[in-house]
Amino acid sequence: MSLNRDQINSIAHLARLSLTEAEIPVYQDSLSKIVDLVGELDAAQTAGIEPMAHPLPGLAQRMRPDVVTETDQHENYQRNAPQVEAALYLVPKVIE
Amino acid sequence: MHTLTLSELAKKLRAKEFSVTELTKSLLARIEESQPTLNAFVTVTAESALAQAKVAEASLASGNAGPLTGLPLAHKDIFCTKGIKTSCGSKMLDNFVSPYDATVVEKLNAAGMVTLGKTNMDEFAMGSSNETSYYGPVKNPWDVKLVPGGSSGGSAAAVAARIAPVATATDTGGSIRQPASLCGVTGIKPTYGRVSRYGMIAFASSLDQGGVIAQSAEDAAMVLGAMSGFDTRDSTSVDTPVPNYVESLDAPLTGLRIGLIKEFFDKGLDASVEKLIREALKVYEKLGAKLVEVKLPALPLSVPTYYVVAPAECSSNLARFDGVRYGYRAKDPRDLMDLYKRSRGEGFGAEVKRRIMTGTYVLSAGYYDAYYLKAQRVRQLINQDFKRAFGEVDVLMGPTAPDVAFGIGAKASDPIQMYLNDIYTIGANLAGVPAMSIPCGFSRELPVGLQIAGPHFAEAKLLNVAHAYQKETDWHRQIPAAFKREKLS
Repeated sequence: MSLNRDQINSIAHLARLSLTEAEIPVYQDSLSKIVDLVGELDAAQTAGIEPMAHPLPGLAQRMRPDVVTETDQHENYQRNAPQVEAALYLVPKVIE
Repeated sequence: MHTLTLSELAKKLRAKEFSVTELTKSLLARIEESQPTLNAFVTVTAESALAQAKVAEASLASGNAGPLTGLPLAHKDIFCTKGIKTSCGSKMLDNFVSPYDATVVEKLNAAGMVTLGKTNMDEFAMGSSNETSYYGPVKNPWDVKLVPGGSSGGSAAAVAARIAPVATATDTGGSIRQPASLCGVTGIKPTYGRVSRYGMIAFASSLDQGGVIAQSAEDAAMVLGAMSGFDTRDSTSVDTPVPNYVESLDAPLTGLRIGLIKEFFDKGLDASVEKLIREALKVYEKLGAKLVEVKLPALPLSVPTYYVVAPAECSSNLARFDGVRYGYRAKDPRDLMDLYKRSRGEGFGAEVKRRIMTGTYVLSAGYYDAYYLKAQRVRQLINQDFKRAFGEVDVLMGPTAPDVAFGIGAKASDPIQMYLNDIYTIGANLAGVPAMSIPCGFSRELPVGLQIAGPHFAEAKLLNVAHAYQKETDWHRQIPAAFKREKLS
C-alpha cells in the first residue's frame, strides 16, 4: 500500500510534527514499506483470540493509601523548562 | 585491571592490590582515550565518580562493604541520573539535567557502585545500530568500521572494549541482546516487571525492560540481583522476591531440556552463525542437556507485530515532549501549534519521527482495529507459542542475530532491513519472557551470540545455563586487539 503526500501531512499534523519539504517523500516511501510489512499480519488466523495488551495478564493495578507522598519541587523541576515566569510555564499567546 | 571481571575486581579491592580510586581513574582514562574512536559515552562523570570512589573506599575500610561496593559501571543514557545530563541520545533532551534518579540508578548507587558516565545509544532506544543517536554512531570495538548494534550500543561497546567492567542497558525489542551479540559480551533482558521502569525514559511501555550488559553471566548475576525488585513507583513492577542469582550459578545442567526454535533455523540465518550455534549446543549436550526441536509457528510474525505495538506505544509516550516543560524548544514560535510542531520536528531525529508517525497512523480512526487490535491478537498467539514451548522444555536456544556486525551506513537508508535485525529477539519482549545473549565464537573475526530464553521469572536458570557454558569456553574472555593494553594511547 502506498501512502500519498496528503496522508503523510495529515499523520504529521496529528503527531504534532513539522516536516520539511525534503522529509515528506522520504516518509511517504518508508511508511508505505512499513504498512506493507505490518500487512503480513492479515494472514494470521486470530478469530476468537483475546488481544494482549500486557505481558503479565492478571496483574491488577495497585492502589496505595491516599496520603501525600510528593513534596513541592516546582523550582527543581522548572530548572529544565525553556521559559518560566512566576513559577508558570510560558508559551506563545493563545487568546488574542 | 581493565581485563578483570566484577568478582575478580571485588577480590582484588579487598586484598588491597589497588584502591577504588586507582581503579576508577584507570577506567576514566580508558574512556577518555577511547572516546575519539568508539564514541561510547555521551557524558563522563569523572568528578562524581571519584567522590563515589572515596565513599566506597571508606565502606571497604570499615567492613561495611557489600559485594558491589567500589565496582565501577556505566549507565545507559536512558536512565535518569540526578544532577547529571540524561539525553536518551536525543537533541530533544540535550539540555535535560534530570531532577531525580531512576530506581535502577538509586539501587546501584546504594549498593556502592561507582558511576563512570552515561553511555551513547540510539535516540530514545529506537534503532539496532546506534546510528540514530544525536551524538553520532558508536563504533564496534572489534572493527570500528562496523556498528556495535543497538540500541544499547554504547553499553555493549564499553564492556567489550573493557572501558567499563559492566553497564546497565534496556531492551524493548532486542536492545540488550543484539548489541551484546555484535560486540561479544553477555547481556540479559529480565522478565517484564522484574526491574523497575521508574526513571527509565519510556519508549514502548508494555515491552521496555531494564537489564545488564556484562563480561560474564556471573557478573550479570551480581548486578541484576542488585537492580531488580518491586517498586511502588512503577505500576507494572512485580511484587515477587528476587532470588540470589549468584548462588544458583553452579547448579548442574543434567537433564536440562533445551528447545531449539525451528523457525529460527529455517531461513535468513547466516550459515557460519548457524554452525557456531550448533557447536555451542554440542557443549550443552556434553554437559548433560537434551536437545528438542520446538515449533513456535506465530513467531515469524513478531517483526510486523512489533512494528505496530511499539510505534503505537511510542507515539503516546513521546507526546510528552511538547517544548513547554522541559527539553528542546524551537526558536520564535508563531503560536502554540507552531511551538509544538517545530519543537518536535526539530528536536526528534528521523527514526523517532518515523516511529511516532507509524504509531499515529496505526492508532488513527478507521485503522485501530485493522492494525492495533490485530497486532495485539497476534501478540497473544506468539505468547501462547512461548507458553506451549515452556511446557515441553526448560529453556529455548537459538541465534541472537541473523549475522555478525554490519558496516556503519550499510542499512541506515532502509528501515525494513534494519528492523529485520531484531527478528530473533522481539518475540521475548512481546511475551515478556527473560532472554539473554552470550558469546559463542567468531565468524570472520567478529563475535556471534547464542540466545537463551526462559519462562517468566526464570532469570536464575538462564544465568545458571549461561555460566555453565562460560566455564567450558573462553569466548566471553576475548578482548578486541586494539583494547587489550591497559594504556590505549
